[in-house]
Amino acid sequence: MKLNLSTDSVRLLIPALSLTVLLCAVFYLQPRAMSYTGLNLLFNLAVPITLATIAQMLIMTVNDLDLSMGTFVSFVACVAATFLPTDPLIGAAILLAAIAAYAVLGIVIHVRELPSIVVTLGMSFVWGGLAVLILPAPGGQAPVWARLLMTSKPPLVPMAIVASIVIAVVTHFIVMRSSFGVLIRGVGGNTRSVERAGWSIIAARGGAYALAAFFAVLAGIALVGLTTSADANIALRYTLLSIAGVILGGGEFVGGRVSPVGAVIGALTLTLAGSFLSFLRISPDWQIGAQGAILIIVLALRLLLNRLEKREKGR
Amino acid sequence: MNQAMNSHSQSVPVVEARDVKVSFGAVRALAGVDLVIRPGECVGLVGHNGAGKSTIVNVINGGLSPHEGTIAYKGEERGRTGIAAARGHGIRCVFQELSLCPNLTVIENTRIMHRALTGWGWRGRAAAAIRSKLDEIFPGHRIDCSRAVGDLSIAERQMVEIATAFADVGQAPKLVILDEPTSSLDASLAEQLLAHVRTYVAGGGSVIFISHILGEVLSTATRIVVMKDGRVVADRPTAEFTQAGLVQAMGSVVAEKKDARVARALTTSEPILSLPPRHGRGLPFKAFRGELVGLAGLSGHGQTDMLVDLYHSRSGNWLRRGNPQVAFVAGDRGYNGTFPLWSILNNLSVASLTDLSRASLIDERHEVELGEEWKRRIAIRTPDMENGILSLSGGNQQKVLFARALAVRAPIVLMDDPMRGVDIGTKQEVYDIVRSEAENGRTFIWYSTEMDEICICDRVYVFNSGAIVAELTRNDINEENILAASFTEAVTREAVA
Amino acid sequence: MNALRLLVQKPWIWSFAATAIVWFITIMFTGGASAAGLSQAALTFAAFSIIVGIGQMFVITLGPGNIDLSVPAMMTLSGTVALKLMGVDNAMILPGLGVAVLLGVAVGIGNYAFIKLLRIPPIIATLSMSFIVQSMAIWTNRGIRIKPPALLADFTTSSFFGIPNVAIVAFVLSVIAWVLLQKSVYGRWISAIGQSIPAARMAGIPVDGVRLATYVLCAVLASLCGYLLASFSGGAALNMGSEYLLMSIAVVVIGGTAVAGGDSNVPGIWGASLFLFLVVSMLNTYGLGAGIRLVMTGIIIIAVIMVAGGRKRGRA
Repeated sequence: MKLNLSTDSVRLLIPALSLTVLLCAVFYLQPRAMSYTGLNLLFNLAVPITLATIAQMLIMTVNDLDLSMGTFVSFVACVAATFLPTDPLIGAAILLAAIAAYAVLGIVIHVRELPSIVVTLGMSFVWGGLAVLILPAPGGQAPVWARLLMTSKPPLVPMAIVASIVIAVVTHFIVMRSSFGVLIRGVGGNTRSVERAGWSIIAARGGAYALAAFFAVLAGIALVGLTTSADANIALRYTLLSIAGVILGGGEFVGGRVSPVGAVIGALTLTLAGSFLSFLRISPDWQIGAQGAILIIVLALRLLLNRLEKREKGR
Repeated sequence: MNQAMNSHSQSVPVVEARDVKVSFGAVRALAGVDLVIRPGECVGLVGHNGAGKSTIVNVINGGLSPHEGTIAYKGEERGRTGIAAARGHGIRCVFQELSLCPNLTVIENTRIMHRALTGWGWRGRAAAAIRSKLDEIFPGHRIDCSRAVGDLSIAERQMVEIATAFADVGQAPKLVILDEPTSSLDASLAEQLLAHVRTYVAGGGSVIFISHILGEVLSTATRIVVMKDGRVVADRPTAEFTQAGLVQAMGSVVAEKKDARVARALTTSEPILSLPPRHGRGLPFKAFRGELVGLAGLSGHGQTDMLVDLYHSRSGNWLRRGNPQVAFVAGDRGYNGTFPLWSILNNLSVASLTDLSRASLIDERHEVELGEEWKRRIAIRTPDMENGILSLSGGNQQKVLFARALAVRAPIVLMDDPMRGVDIGTKQEVYDIVRSEAENGRTFIWYSTEMDEICICDRVYVFNSGAIVAELTRNDINEENILAASFTEAVTREAVA
Repeated sequence: MNALRLLVQKPWIWSFAATAIVWFITIMFTGGASAAGLSQAALTFAAFSIIVGIGQMFVITLGPGNIDLSVPAMMTLSGTVALKLMGVDNAMILPGLGVAVLLGVAVGIGNYAFIKLLRIPPIIATLSMSFIVQSMAIWTNRGIRIKPPALLADFTTSSFFGIPNVAIVAFVLSVIAWVLLQKSVYGRWISAIGQSIPAARMAGIPVDGVRLATYVLCAVLASLCGYLLASFSGGAALNMGSEYLLMSIAVVVIGGTAVAGGDSNVPGIWGASLFLFLVVSMLNTYGLGAGIRLVMTGIIIIAVIMVAGGRKRGRA
């Protein structure tokens, strides 16, 4: 049991630690943040980022990468800000079709053995174009229910944190506990053996992509609920944020080694890093660069930890 | 035993393969194989590498559909085929290379392997099934089923894989195919497994047992099928075989000792290469000019790792050294041998490009000359060296890799079991070239899983668990000594089979 | 007949065929009035994507997962720094160029250092690098738009016998790239690495050295492109590189280079760059908006790789 801790839990250690350190640093710099409203402000944008990170994580579970995540979330946001409030049925149909498109994409990538990076790169043009067609100029209006949900104020703990915990629990159940989760992680770990056990890899990949699209749709709706309006470029940085979030959370690019709880923590860390940098009064020129530096530091830490773990095992 | 067999021979066969033919490109892997497995028998399947054992196993488990011939489960002549159908008929397979998902826990791997484990609470049922099976086959094992498979040792993974195959989760296994199941188990674990196979078979289950350790096969199988060049050449009850008889049926070429080579005064000069013991264990390694050094032992015990490490330490990863010291002949062609997109010529010349170029620009005329020279010397059978490398048969691809290494000016050539699955004619041609190059002063370090190749070496190092455990010279090099040495660490109590 | 069959087998021929068709359709629509103008504009704007595309092509040749995402940031940084250094002084044109190249070398080395030291996939390494480079560009730029030296501005915007000078530069670079790729030891080596790193290593190829050189080459070409683009458009802008991220990958893929690595070609980049520009201008002439244009571009990219097909992923 003791050894058991050292694989899955160690994977979570670094992300949890970096989040804690960052949180402490923020509280130190800005003690007023240590309150309901303060936390609410700090983690305001965390929900859509977390959902997009989970979506990216599902794609990475089957050893692929989605470079269209940001444009897809923007597209969903545009749909949510235009069709959903006025014609909910058409809006829902569009979003369902988008999820189906993702499933088809997963199947095509598997059957034709195409590199996911390039296919999703092409799709990013498509989603971006569709978003511009739906909403040529920034605007639109959030569905009332999304707005209510995102701005609700549950007692004691802010909405963003409650939502993050719910997302973590739900996705942990889907990915780590359910049969479907075992299957898609198995595909990431050793496709051949899963195939030889008689499973349909096509269905598994299609399913993983569809589920990813579902979470990305939720991300788009949540984003509109927060911002109340949308534009075609609203979530472009989510592509990079979501990949970074998964990696920060201890996920790996190949091998089906992912952690939903870690991904949620990773997304929260990234959200917080933005606030932290602004508290530090780092000149805005260097904010992007500092984010790159944080990414590199965490990756270096992880490498160090993996080395230590390996040495431990080697003995 | 004969009586038992007679009573079973009346029952419906678990699987029945009739006149199965399979070819990969120009290579005929199976040339009409009949194989019938009945309930309650353990069929030992033996034959040299490339005889077609793995291919027939793949046909039976549905992973490969035969190009000609039929395969029928439980006598259903026109039944469904394919992986799912085979599994549906209770056919389970433990593969030679480990085939679990390293990122999943033991329990989750059980879920992957058993599609019948559905619904709520599958985790509990899977855990109970795999734990009880592990306890049953390997009493006293200490495997924690909630750990990820990637954290287990090789032997533990193999045990899990075997237990998963035998586990009964809503659907009992009818036929379990074991492909070299003992390759990474030590003697006591192997004996536990063999004992379980015997009880399982006595209880009416069927097993196909593939092993290169003939003693295991003779002691466990009820019937032995010998394969050679894609055909079944013998199929008789075990009682009618002896170890010698089996070896003969497999068609082993008894290597003639090249006594002429022994006379060479090798060990008097300075070694061209000497290495300290690997991982601080076992014996150190030495090689002399013009010597054929064999690396023996069971497969996967560190021979390839040593060759690769040796190569890496003696070639530049950032800059190419002016005078290459080592050249490498790959055994796993698809992994570190061929460049699939390239022509035969480009594959051949890639290691000597710096010699073929002026001011970093390749002299294509020179390159063609080099290609023609080696095409002649090593008899690469192709109409045009510009054809793609994959248009060649496996044996000829291997010759190209040989030519690639020999064309380099390096004094040391490393060979990573390159003759696996190569036909005997090609082998003889290559052996001749190796011998003549060694006469000219080149050193060959040759890892081989084929005993006849090891037997033509001047000196042999035997590996076990990543370290050199024995050094054999000249007349001491024979099958018996090598097998004995292969088990020196793992086997202490038992005489080698 | 035989020559024709050989030509059809070339992977780059399709991008040229498509270019010709789109050019023709556009000319038809405008009644042939603007044939020369359209061709000149196409050559000018294609030249920039050709230069970055060549660099990206070398990186993609290295095999699955190798992509340089720091290209746009690199372009912005070199454009900003070079223009600032030259400060509208004609005498500083060459030193400016030298600094741009040096910056490229530094960023290329940085990219590979991250890949190697942190053992992270090139996508994340070059992405992290691009954040840092972009920050440096923002810091240097400070929102001030400095004009390029007059001589340089003239050079980049004028033509030589009807052919834009930047297109000539792109052509010279392409010829060098073609020789490197098809005729040199280096070209063979990157193709080998793209097919199988273990096989390349065991054939005596200095894998790390070659990969480092390739990332440096890519960064230097992006840097050159930034230098030229900033001079062409009369000053550096912070978002001047952004559209070249997807563009550089798209022209390589459409040009018939194998996405899985190991098999690349230079002519296809010309075909693809001209094609993409002409598609945009064709859709513009038909009065279609940006949305349709983006969707079309995406569909074309996906269609091309669907037709070209992926290679077996190999065993890894």
